[in-house]
Amino acid sequence: MEPLSWFEILARIAQQLLPVWVALVLTYALSIRFKRRLGLYGKLFDSTVGMIGFGIVMFWLFVALFANFIVTHDSLSQVSGMRNAVPGSALRDPRDLYPYYLLGGDSLARDVFSRMVMGAREVLRIAPFAAMISFMIGITLGLPAGYFGGKLDTGLTFLANLVLAFPVILLFFLLVAPEIQETPIPRVMAGILFLVPILFVTVLLNARFFTQPAKRNLYVGIVLAVGAWAYVGLVFNADPVGLWSMSPNLLNVFVAVVFVNAPTVFRIVRGITLDIKTRDYVAAAQTRGEGPWYIMLWEILPNARGPLIVDFCLRIGYTTILLGTLGFFGLGVSPESPDWGSTINAGRRLLTVYPHPALVPALSLMSLVLGLNLLADGLREESLRD
Amino acid sequence: MTENAPAWDETQPILEIENLSISFFTRLREIPAVMDFSCRVMKGEAMGLVGESGCGKSTVALAVMRDLGVNGRIVGGKIRFKGRDLTAMSQEELRQIRGSEIAMIYQEPMASLNPAMKIGDQLAEVPMIHQKMPKSQARALARQLVADVRLPDPDRILDAYPHQLSGGQQQRIVIAMALMSKPALLILDEPTTALDVTVEAGIVDLVNDLAAKYGTSMLFISHNLGLVMEVCDRITVMYSGEAVETGNITDVFDKMRHPYTQALFRSIPLPGADKTSRPLKAIPGNFPLPHERPRGCNFGPRCDYFVKGRCDAQEIPMLPVAGDTRHDSRCIRFDEIDWNAPIAAGVQHDSSHIGEVVLSMENVRKYYEVAASSLFKGGDTKVVKANETLSFDAREGETLAIVGESGCGKSTFAKVLMGLETATDGQIMLFDENVQSTPIQHRNTDTVSSLQMVFQNPFDTLNPSMTVGRQIVRALEIFGVGASDAERQQRMLELLDLVKLPREFANRMPRQLSGGQKQRVGIARAFAGNAKVVIADEPVSALDVSVQAAVTELLMDIQRKNRTTLLFISHDLSIVRYLSDRVLVMYLGHVVELGTTDQVFAPPYHPYTEALLSAVPIADTRIEKKRIVLEGDIPSAVNPPPGCPFQTRCRWKSQVPGGICETEMPPLRDVGGGHQVKCHLSAEILAGMEPVFTVAAE
Amino acid sequence: MLLFLFRRIGLMLVTALCLTIIVFALTNMPAKLETLAKTQAGSRMTDAEVDRWLERNGYASPMLVRYGEWLGVLPGWVRTEDNGTVTGRCVALRGTAEAAGERCGILQGDWGFSTRFRAGVAEVLTARLGATGLLMLWVLAVMVPMALIVGILAGMREGSRTDRALSTFAIASTATPEYVSGVLLIALLASSTVGLSPLLVSWGWIDGPVLFQGNARSALDDITFSNFTLPVLTIALYGMGYVARITRASMTEVMTQQYIRTARLKGVSFGKIVVRHALRNALIAPFTVIMLQIPWLLNGVVISEVLFSYPGFGWTLYEAAINNDIELLLASSVVAVVVVLVTQLISDVGYVYLNPRIRIS
Repeated sequence: MEPLSWFEILARIAQQLLPVWVALVLTYALSIRFKRRLGLYGKLFDSTVGMIGFGIVMFWLFVALFANFIVTHDSLSQVSGMRNAVPGSALRDPRDLYPYYLLGGDSLARDVFSRMVMGAREVLRIAPFAAMISFMIGITLGLPAGYFGGKLDTGLTFLANLVLAFPVILLFFLLVAPEIQETPIPRVMAGILFLVPILFVTVLLNARFFTQPAKRNLYVGIVLAVGAWAYVGLVFNADPVGLWSMSPNLLNVFVAVVFVNAPTVFRIVRGITLDIKTRDYVAAAQTRGEGPWYIMLWEILPNARGPLIVDFCLRIGYTTILLGTLGFFGLGVSPESPDWGSTINAGRRLLTVYPHPALVPALSLMSLVLGLNLLADGLREESLRD
Repeated sequence: MTENAPAWDETQPILEIENLSISFFTRLREIPAVMDFSCRVMKGEAMGLVGESGCGKSTVALAVMRDLGVNGRIVGGKIRFKGRDLTAMSQEELRQIRGSEIAMIYQEPMASLNPAMKIGDQLAEVPMIHQKMPKSQARALARQLVADVRLPDPDRILDAYPHQLSGGQQQRIVIAMALMSKPALLILDEPTTALDVTVEAGIVDLVNDLAAKYGTSMLFISHNLGLVMEVCDRITVMYSGEAVETGNITDVFDKMRHPYTQALFRSIPLPGADKTSRPLKAIPGNFPLPHERPRGCNFGPRCDYFVKGRCDAQEIPMLPVAGDTRHDSRCIRFDEIDWNAPIAAGVQHDSSHIGEVVLSMENVRKYYEVAASSLFKGGDTKVVKANETLSFDAREGETLAIVGESGCGKSTFAKVLMGLETATDGQIMLFDENVQSTPIQHRNTDTVSSLQMVFQNPFDTLNPSMTVGRQIVRALEIFGVGASDAERQQRMLELLDLVKLPREFANRMPRQLSGGQKQRVGIARAFAGNAKVVIADEPVSALDVSVQAAVTELLMDIQRKNRTTLLFISHDLSIVRYLSDRVLVMYLGHVVELGTTDQVFAPPYHPYTEALLSAVPIADTRIEKKRIVLEGDIPSAVNPPPGCPFQTRCRWKSQVPGGICETEMPPLRDVGGGHQVKCHLSAEILAGMEPVFTVAAE
Repeated sequence: MLLFLFRRIGLMLVTALCLTIIVFALTNMPAKLETLAKTQAGSRMTDAEVDRWLERNGYASPMLVRYGEWLGVLPGWVRTEDNGTVTGRCVALRGTAEAAGERCGILQGDWGFSTRFRAGVAEVLTARLGATGLLMLWVLAVMVPMALIVGILAGMREGSRTDRALSTFAIASTATPEYVSGVLLIALLASSTVGLSPLLVSWGWIDGPVLFQGNARSALDDITFSNFTLPVLTIALYGMGYVARITRASMTEVMTQQYIRTARLKGVSFGKIVVRHALRNALIAPFTVIMLQIPWLLNGVVISEVLFSYPGFGWTLYEAAINNDIELLLASSVVAVVVVLVTQLISDVGYVYLNPRIRIS
């Protein structure tokens, strides 16, 4: 069969992405219809930059969600004769397979398009959650550091600066390695890092409901039960039901990424707390005898949400870049993983001859990060507009 | 001066604004900010522009400068400056006029000076641009102007950066900068709002003298009627984007012909007002939002003289008042209204009976240790003596006013009393409990709920991300009021009733409320646990005058009902005189005078109280004041002067023999009837003091 | 000021000490030592042989002791073999047993021996640092002026078309990490089969097969436009966007300040407002960021040097890490950490110097 022309390639890709288009159109139609009732999220649709960014991010999110329907081939299987095939090449012997490699084949004769789609899933499985855990840790430590000040602040700030003084790449080289995975270090770190979110939510609810013990016990009980379940699964890989699990590889990567991100979040939260704690409503809460955690979590934190949401978007983008860096150096990922960073790394050896296996994931990664940055920019602009 | 300016006849107005309309354009709609505004300023004349926040007075000023930003646009009318139409000028022509012929002075002196440029360079820039003056000559001129605005040591000041000067000094520099090229018109936009009263008095004096010296015309924008009276010859009152009355100061103040002007005067605490016999009369209703303005007269819905079918029938034009010169009013009924009718006697109250002592402070001190320099940590720490030997009692149902300027230690005092800080020394008895060393976390719920606070800044007092109802309910939960959610919900609604807010407000977010409404919620929250003692820290100073009256009356009402002890912290002596039973005057952490309101407001005074009283502008043409302008600034609490804290600025110091003011702290002594004064002056001199105010014979 | 410097340097030393302990601990874990033994002495060693190798080469003593030896506060290990030859840390470093002193750590100026390059760490690093220094010099020379110009032009008139275009460019550049921009640039400019080069060759515009070279090893001997442009651009692009955005934010904030309005209403022209009134205030924030950006560039340096095979510091760090070359890795970390801390110090001091509000209080 003849190879496809560029136009045909694009048309076929668009066709494969059909579920994504449907989902995007639905999202936009609903959001624009109800945008006046949706708060900051709704206002996003007043800003062109924000809408474009949101569109790109949602595109990749839906690609990751519907990856199983979109891929044309298995992302790991090799098809003979398709080594370094150019985009649009037809399979020699398709049988029941999809007859073309839409974006060509890589040096191991795997389909680049399918690997890109599965790569999106790899990235979006880790980046938002790593960013979220980093945020919870940064918040849990940054609030008291800013609010109480004094020795606690000095100590925590020193620790944060210590981590920040470490060049990220050196930390990755040291922390993400097969030898490290055999030691208890990642587990211990994960044990500490994953404990923080549970503590965070518990304290949050307790501060709010301690005046009504019945409600408090119910809410805190639920949180502790779910938290303990997830904790056992993620840290010890011993979830009886098997819903929560993380391979040692993934755990190692996750821990390293969180470790790098949390100190920056800590600094941001600490700065905002220092500012907000001088407000009169904080003084009003103090004069009616509220506890410090209530003030931090219910008086200060909700009013810091603007800059934090913006930074959250940026941080997902940055985490994506970090994951790519890890993949690029072959750290913490299995060689077959369709993850974008390692695909770029694999493709760069023959880059000057066959650029497509490296270019496709490179452009994907760039567009996702760009989308997140544009989204953050739109959100920042709209949240300042009030 | 621009060479090519056409000859201009001095008998013509310097500034003539004709039917000016300005709108701001947002994504959703056009918001008219100023409509059909006209005014004239003649040579050497000072025009006051008065109104509440949002009435468009600053917009007019910016329109004259043609600096409305990207969203603002002049949609109609003309602004003529020396006969030339400013609205038709190019940017380059405007640039030549700005700073050389029209200069502007703003509210925040610190923000209007470039922090990274020396004062001298900022001043010299003006003639260097406009007169192409060489640098050395421009600096010499700058030095002369700095001396003209009465700043000591001009050479040092020229070489300083803005942050090295105090607020008052910075404002003088801004004035000097405006006068560098002897402009024909000076626009002052709330030039003293950010300053303390005694500093303000100095600036007002300076502006008056300089305007007379240079023959400058002025457009003076302020919300303070008293201040306008002291500076201006003519006044224009604005309401909701329109000028409603304009005329000579004396005409407008004594023979006002617009209901809004009248209502404004009735809502400010002039010396005649009294909380029991002649309470303030707040203007009912709210300021209309720009896109919700009513048809016809904008003030109609809030006006006592409103007649349906006439006031809301057509646009109301400015009409001249017969018999007065250049006195106009935007009211079609001003001829029919009986302007001399006495104020309808409002609800009069019996003066409330004052009960037992509920709070007593004895020799309370609060010292802070601060690092000498914040960036280069380490080294010496200095001690800030925020409060020194504070002693007083407060009784049930009483209003005790605590008066002083910034840095006098009133806020520290509030913190110590609330338990946010603990006292360094001394005793605080609240009911029968010693609380001086109990921080708030260790006080029991009863103590906490019976001692509450109302905060100064309405925009800061409520948590912006929680509904109004939720915030009150939370206070009820913490104070242990009510057994169930339903009960607390009910109690919350009753509290909204108490502060005269509609019950729907429970579900609103704070950003949907106006400043006065937020302050009411703050009051409701403070009274959630039936507070017995309430500290009100400048509760109305950030509000517009008409709203001030309403909030003040509300506080008084609740106090009468609950027999609350009110500690009213303020720098505004007019309101203090109006509502307090006793007054405590503070200066640099010391109590300098303590007595009943009558005692403090009549001689003998403490020299500081005397200056403070004289500095307060009063919007009443019949009152004559003795002008006492204090030299210099308030000393820093880190480095207080030796001896009497006030000796650096005291005009009576020479009357004390032996110079003991500079070495010895004066004792707090009784000058009769429980009136205490901390001063070295002899009893004879104190007794011989003249009153600051005299009512002119009519 | 002196006291401040003194305290900062003290804090720096404490930080550096903490960081080296962490690096030392992570590189000296038993599993990593085992890998080291196997790469040095044959991959099919039994556990017992590994233990013996470690024992013989001084890796058997407790970690803190070895850290002390490395630092030079404890005497280096010495061992007499059965045949009478004396081996030891200092012996290996200084050649003979006679020349070996008691202590030989970094305090004595001995940085150790690189197992990967089979040479002294000090000489390996000095050569590589020189190469990276040149790279960084060019990166900064490209990045800083571009970032500042873009940021100032964009922030000067917020919301204008220039602003939108430049801001989008800056955002796009921060979204392009080095391993993406490097790949894009190579594919676009340094490939003889795809991208621009074949086109340019067919038009006869360039002589060689490619416009720029995708390999920068030759730059070690002779830096040319052709072999150095791509590595420099790759690093500069990513950093530039960030600095430009900070500059823009700072500039827009300054332009809304009241003192800018004061200047405008004084009759100062727009150009002079930007240059005389806004610039100095607007550059305080970017200065700090640029200084803090330098250690950040290390990431880019490693990626770019690996991608373009330029044997500088980044490439050495990479080689040391994948080969578990303990002493080289430690020395590299010390260098990296010192760079971070020194730039932090400069940024603090510079901030104080630029900002009169802090300087004179």
